[in-house]
Amino acid sequence: MSARIRKRPERLLAQPAIIMLLVWMIVPLAMTLYFSTQYYNLLYPGKSAFVGLENFAYFFTYPSFWTSILNTIILVGSVLVVTVVGGVLISVLVDETFPGQGIVRMLLISPFFIMPTVAALVWKNLLMNPVSGFLAWLWKLFGATPVNWFADWPLFSVITVVSWEWLPFAILIFVTALQSLDREQMEAARMDGARGFAIFRYLTLPHLARPIAVVVMVEAIFLLNIFAEIFVTTNGGPGDATTNVPYLVYTQALLEFDVGAASAGGLVAVVLANIMAVFLIRLIGKSLTEKT
Amino acid sequence: MANRKRNHVARTIRIIASWIVALIVFFPILWMLLTSFKSELDAFSMPPHFVFTPTLENYEQILARANYLHYAWNSIVTAGGATILGMIVAVPAAYAFAYHPTLKTKNILLWMLSTKMLPSVGVLVPIYLICRDLNMLDSKTALIIIFALINLPIMVWMIYTYFRDIPYDILEAARMDGASTGQTMFRVLIPVSRGGLASTALLCLILSWNEAFWSLNLTTTSAAPLTALVASFSSPEGLFWAKLSAVSTLACAPILVLGWLSQRQLVRGLTFGAVK
Repeated sequence: MSARIRKRPERLLAQPAIIMLLVWMIVPLAMTLYFSTQYYNLLYPGKSAFVGLENFAYFFTYPSFWTSILNTIILVGSVLVVTVVGGVLISVLVDETFPGQGIVRMLLISPFFIMPTVAALVWKNLLMNPVSGFLAWLWKLFGATPVNWFADWPLFSVITVVSWEWLPFAILIFVTALQSLDREQMEAARMDGARGFAIFRYLTLPHLARPIAVVVMVEAIFLLNIFAEIFVTTNGGPGDATTNVPYLVYTQALLEFDVGAASAGGLVAVVLANIMAVFLIRLIGKSLTEKT
Repeated sequence: MANRKRNHVARTIRIIASWIVALIVFFPILWMLLTSFKSELDAFSMPPHFVFTPTLENYEQILARANYLHYAWNSIVTAGGATILGMIVAVPAAYAFAYHPTLKTKNILLWMLSTKMLPSVGVLVPIYLICRDLNMLDSKTALIIIFALINLPIMVWMIYTYFRDIPYDILEAARMDGASTGQTMFRVLIPVSRGGLASTALLCLILSWNEAFWSLNLTTTSAAPLTALVASFSSPEGLFWAKLSAVSTLACAPILVLGWLSQRQLVRGLTFGAVK
């Protein structure tokens, strides 16, 4: 009894964190929900009025909205495929010890620490510029016509930049996970005559199942929020070719000052993210109970 | 014998392939570094100059004209402030969750994680308006609070997994000697887990330093950190590649070094303890 009373004040230590996150989550979300039912433009602040679901109707019939949903899905999906497949292959490649392994790993994970605005601008200008970019030179070297990446292949270009930023994350996680792979088991399989691919297929890949799931989910959280890369390279264009949901909400809110419509769009993003979240929570929740 | 020879060849190919892949992945950073030491003319030249007379002109100009130090200071204050604030809130919370769990603790932890999944655009409008009304647009304080909040779930989780690995007996021994909760935390727990706490702080620092959604949307000049300074180079009239590269190199170098030093520990934080 006395033990229980003695413990209670220590539980209060968690309160600041809980309250701060609660406020951070509930207050703005409630406001977003409220604004989404209002006609409210920052340019005409006096004219706000309840409009019901009109903002949603506006969004759902707005052609760019569906484009932005599609772009978001293509962007998230492509980057996930590139980083997971590339990450698995590369981490398996650099798994066995060799001279310089430490340096190779350092080089491989470096892009992850580069800030998004830098990554995007370096790629757009120094590498992908159709006239003086490094890739233009490389293309000419092989007798091909340089490609105007961000003008002709805008979404592909954004995907390239974002994949480059997130490939290192996948490599970092997979390399770490592979270190806990049972070497004796590998050796035994090899003794039994298992070849490279069989080992990869029946030992390595199953071992990586959970890390892959974690990488997919964590990346999905961040990829659904991609903004800066688009902001500094294409401004969502040409047209709406690279407008994703975050960028569309940004244009509605801070360029057109349409608070109501932006809030409706923000809620759509929340719903999209929640679908992802359900899976991630389950996954992490499972690992939590497994280990304790 | 032939088999061993084939193995040797395979191994060599593998090593070479590893190096090639690593250099390709790293190339954009290397190219940025090289370009930062070129003159603007060299930076634009076609075919690109691999050999050139290096110059520090860009760095000098960035420091003198672009007000680099102002932005760097903002980055240090916001990322550093967010890390300190985050740690102050996260350590006690992780302590309570790890050593005084209730039936609800697991659900609270998962709920915290779920706040991380709230997309920033979902709350962009209200946060922008709140900041405007509180006169906190373009303010470092607002960025510190926001950065701390978006990293708080990761920090609590990461510290929680470190605390969970520390045997409770150590704390109990201190308690037996008559130490209060505060003393136990500061004299025993924090020293024992300082490695884990340091890497948690480092992760928060890295993520805040590179954060670009809020820093681009909530600041203009006076509180703008390096991410915003770099973004200002995206306008067509400001297209100076060598200077862009110099700014970028300065902005990324410290974080890159910190990242290299702590790669292993970061895995735990970034995967919420699911991969160690």
